[in-house]
Amino acid sequence: MIGMTFLLIYLFIGLVRVIIHLPKEDKKKFFLSLINPRLILKNVKDIIFDVLLHVKIWKRKPLLGYMHSSIAFGWFMLIVLGHIETWFYVPDRTSTLYYPVFFRFFVMETNHTLKGSFFFFLMDFFLLVVLSGVFLAMFKRIRSTFLGMRRTTKNSWPDRVAMYCLWAIFPVRLLAESFTASISGGSFLTRPMYLLFSNFLSDTYHIVPTWWVYSSILGLFFLLLPFTRYMHIPTEAFLIILRNAGIKVTSPRKGYSEAEIYSCSNCGMCIDACPMMVQKKNLKYATVYYNRFLRRRKWDKCNEIADKCLMCGKCVAVCPVGVDSCGLKLTYRNIEPVNIRHDYSYLGQAEAGVPELHDGDVLYYAGCMTQLTPVISSAVTSVLERCGISYGFMDKDGGICCGRPMILAGRSDEARALIARNTEIIKSSGAGTLLLSCPICYKVFKENYNLPGIRVVHYTQYFNSLAKSGRLRLNKSSVRAVYHDPCELGRGCNIYEEPRVLLRQVGELVEARQNRDESICCGGSLGSLTLSYEDRKSITDKSLENLTYDSPEKIITACPLCLKTFASRSNVKVEDFAVTILNNMTNTLK
Amino acid sequence: MENLKKNIIIIGGGPGGMEAASCLNTIGYTVFLVEKGPVLGGHLAKWDRLFPEGNEAAPLIEKMRSRMEGVKWFVNTEVLSVNRLGSKYTVILSNGLTINADALLIATGFSLFPAEKKEEYGYGIYDRVITSADLERMFREGMPEGLVPKKIGFVHCVGSRDEKAGNRYCSKVCCATSVKQACEIKAMFPDADVFCFYMDLRMFGRGYEDMYLEAQKDYGVFFVRGRVSEVAEKKDGRLLVKAEDTLAGKPLRITLDLLVLLSGMVRNTSASAITKMLSLSVREDGFFKTSDMIYNDQRSAQDGIFYAGACTGPKTLPETLADARAAALEADFYLRQDD
Amino acid sequence: MIDFGYTVSPSSAIEIDDAGLASFRQLCRIEPDAIKCISCGSCAASCTAAGFSIMNLRKTILLLSRGKDREAIDMVATCMLCGKCYIVCPRGINTRHLILSICKTYRKE
Repeated sequence: MIGMTFLLIYLFIGLVRVIIHLPKEDKKKFFLSLINPRLILKNVKDIIFDVLLHVKIWKRKPLLGYMHSSIAFGWFMLIVLGHIETWFYVPDRTSTLYYPVFFRFFVMETNHTLKGSFFFFLMDFFLLVVLSGVFLAMFKRIRSTFLGMRRTTKNSWPDRVAMYCLWAIFPVRLLAESFTASISGGSFLTRPMYLLFSNFLSDTYHIVPTWWVYSSILGLFFLLLPFTRYMHIPTEAFLIILRNAGIKVTSPRKGYSEAEIYSCSNCGMCIDACPMMVQKKNLKYATVYYNRFLRRRKWDKCNEIADKCLMCGKCVAVCPVGVDSCGLKLTYRNIEPVNIRHDYSYLGQAEAGVPELHDGDVLYYAGCMTQLTPVISSAVTSVLERCGISYGFMDKDGGICCGRPMILAGRSDEARALIARNTEIIKSSGAGTLLLSCPICYKVFKENYNLPGIRVVHYTQYFNSLAKSGRLRLNKSSVRAVYHDPCELGRGCNIYEEPRVLLRQVGELVEARQNRDESICCGGSLGSLTLSYEDRKSITDKSLENLTYDSPEKIITACPLCLKTFASRSNVKVEDFAVTILNNMTNTLK
Repeated sequence: MENLKKNIIIIGGGPGGMEAASCLNTIGYTVFLVEKGPVLGGHLAKWDRLFPEGNEAAPLIEKMRSRMEGVKWFVNTEVLSVNRLGSKYTVILSNGLTINADALLIATGFSLFPAEKKEEYGYGIYDRVITSADLERMFREGMPEGLVPKKIGFVHCVGSRDEKAGNRYCSKVCCATSVKQACEIKAMFPDADVFCFYMDLRMFGRGYEDMYLEAQKDYGVFFVRGRVSEVAEKKDGRLLVKAEDTLAGKPLRITLDLLVLLSGMVRNTSASAITKMLSLSVREDGFFKTSDMIYNDQRSAQDGIFYAGACTGPKTLPETLADARAAALEADFYLRQDD
Repeated sequence: MIDFGYTVSPSSAIEIDDAGLASFRQLCRIEPDAIKCISCGSCAASCTAAGFSIMNLRKTILLLSRGKDREAIDMVATCMLCGKCYIVCPRGINTRHLILSICKTYRKE
């Protein structure tokens, strides 16, 4: 009772705090979303699928999914059924929150009626479901690999106490219900248990203490909940509503971010996901610990982890709650103190040197990284030429950086100057399409640039549309190749299918062991600020090992940085997507 | 003589293997030399002239081969398996021969760094970017029709002293090779301007500094201290090269007609089979690890296995020859010990 | 002041005794790669910002290690952090973090 009241008050304060700290626009978005019927439906659907059934975990690790959904959904059903039951038998007591919890203790009802036995059966069934989940959870602590997790989170002590409480709640409930089964009745689980116990426990003195133990454990769990990982149980539903309202991370700790860090269940799925974990010394940089330190305001540690992160986004992809930890870390980088600010006033005089284009023409922006891999830019331009497309090469003799590296370094404000200058140049060129060969550039042009009327495409998309319209003709070879999903293109911009469609047309496409949104960063990412070259090598090797799982003859990627990073350490030939397309196209130069 | 009963197998028929073979043969052992490729001579057979004095490579190989009278050598032959029994090695060759050897001498040499791995230089993409080995071939076989370069660049340290290429070490021979080739090409095209882009000029050997001076004084080769970072191809096929002139402290751009990449030395990529077969240990740089780098630089950790030449790290030709003779002597010491 | 028709400019010599290298040592603690530079100039040659500005990372590192902070700071402020220098650096120096660390360690006068 005390536990529950405390929890409710705490949650209410938390809720108000989060809403207060939301920026004005987001507040509006949030309240609007509450009255938008489509979003309400989506909220309900998401809450049922994610909070109760844990569909996201099911998809990746079925057994682990079962463990979570059995506890969450089972418990939820126990509560709901308990309430229904109470409502059935003592309608006047439904208003008291605690009554259904101890229903069995208060009401001496019988299972002889049809209704009664039905409820008893259901209650026992869900109790069994929950218990199976709890036993899996205990087993997971001993052998996590059994449930598909190589590494699990190191718990802090309140977490551990709360966890033991959670483990204890349901077995004790089983005991308590079994003891009272003779008086209040039971079903397939509690009845045999009662018969078993009644063999050697003849009196009924132990009934009351057991119920007491049950209620105090439950109370303690609720008391501890706000200070532990189990806070995600109430917060997650709220986070889903906020997220569906279209709110994004804008502050390192306040508002939406607060809802995010409290929603982190410390499950540790992000530990196995993180490419840095190939080195044991990096375990401490896992996202789960970042969220924990951020929650406890341990700024030094936050600083260290935020700067180390590769920003590959894999932890976000596998997170069952969908905590945007990359966003959290990125906003954190933005508040780190800096003495020297970057100054791009010199860009005002920068010569653009862009050829005049006609409406609808393609403007190709290679970007800084592609300058170092001329093989890509020459392949892209050759494909364009052979398809008879008139284009301009924006940065043939060097250009201005797209701004994404600045944003990744936590210098979003200063990046605006670069974005502004590039926008001017692109707009003045008169291009209808902006073609990019670097996923890093593509992401920033997609998200941070405002280029009305100009189609921004990555070359994998563009070549795909050329092939669809018949302008690009391909023939098939017998080469077995694997496609590497670059972080910024796959998880970053959700482009998985376009390159694969074409690669299947030009040869045999095999998949890496972990692919698409589980693809492993090449190690070259500009996202990490402090990871040394030495440490990156082991990530590259790990990623290559994952790619060559099905022994392909070639590794194909669509990012200049991945290409450079892999090429230096791979035994298998690494090739850029544009080169593969060029080598397999049948168009001839007109 | 007792020695004649003892068999030694030399793996690798480059200058190191050849020299070791002729030495051991002279001492009196029965020497078998196994070469994977079609001819003896290794990389030397592909070279035209040698620094510092410009000696021709072909007559040198002839001379070395003439001293191998009595050595049983096989080309296009590989080692299929090696079994150790006591102090003896049973070696099965791909030509069907099985030899019981008392010692093995490994002289597998090096491979040239694959220059296409440095994408920013555009080797394999741009027609006018070639490697030093390509240039030697041109010297031997004649320059391609119509190639009259006006401006030629040499890039030192391609794949050497480069963590990104996986090689931290200096390949030793490239600086001198570059200066030699710069002089040669200048002699061929006297009107051309020749530029050498270097990080540090390592003219350590006898006569090298003289060669450097000659390149400046007699040939007018320009030296630019700065590593080339990017090469782009212009519409007319010429190359736009970017570097920093670090001594002037200014970025430098130059348009070239021909760019020569001085590919460094890396561990012989085709020696991995033999490395596995004999479970030989290698250092971080990929070259074989010797017992110690000063006193036992030709011995492996295993009894009866010796190293000669560039398989234990980049070496110039005279160094390889000296190393081969030392390895032969080491093997001789070892075999005498047994008696 | 009397106008002599000329001014006395500070010596351009490197005075390590006076400059003190405390800041540079501090920088090396934050980013140990700072000391690994072999001055090959790859970074400066490939630099995106150098196309328009005075940016030169090789020179920046050199100047900081010689106590010539002010010149170095002016250069660093023009960097776009694009990361090309990191890719080309033969010593594998974490150039972006080095530059960010300079921005944190040093102060514009």
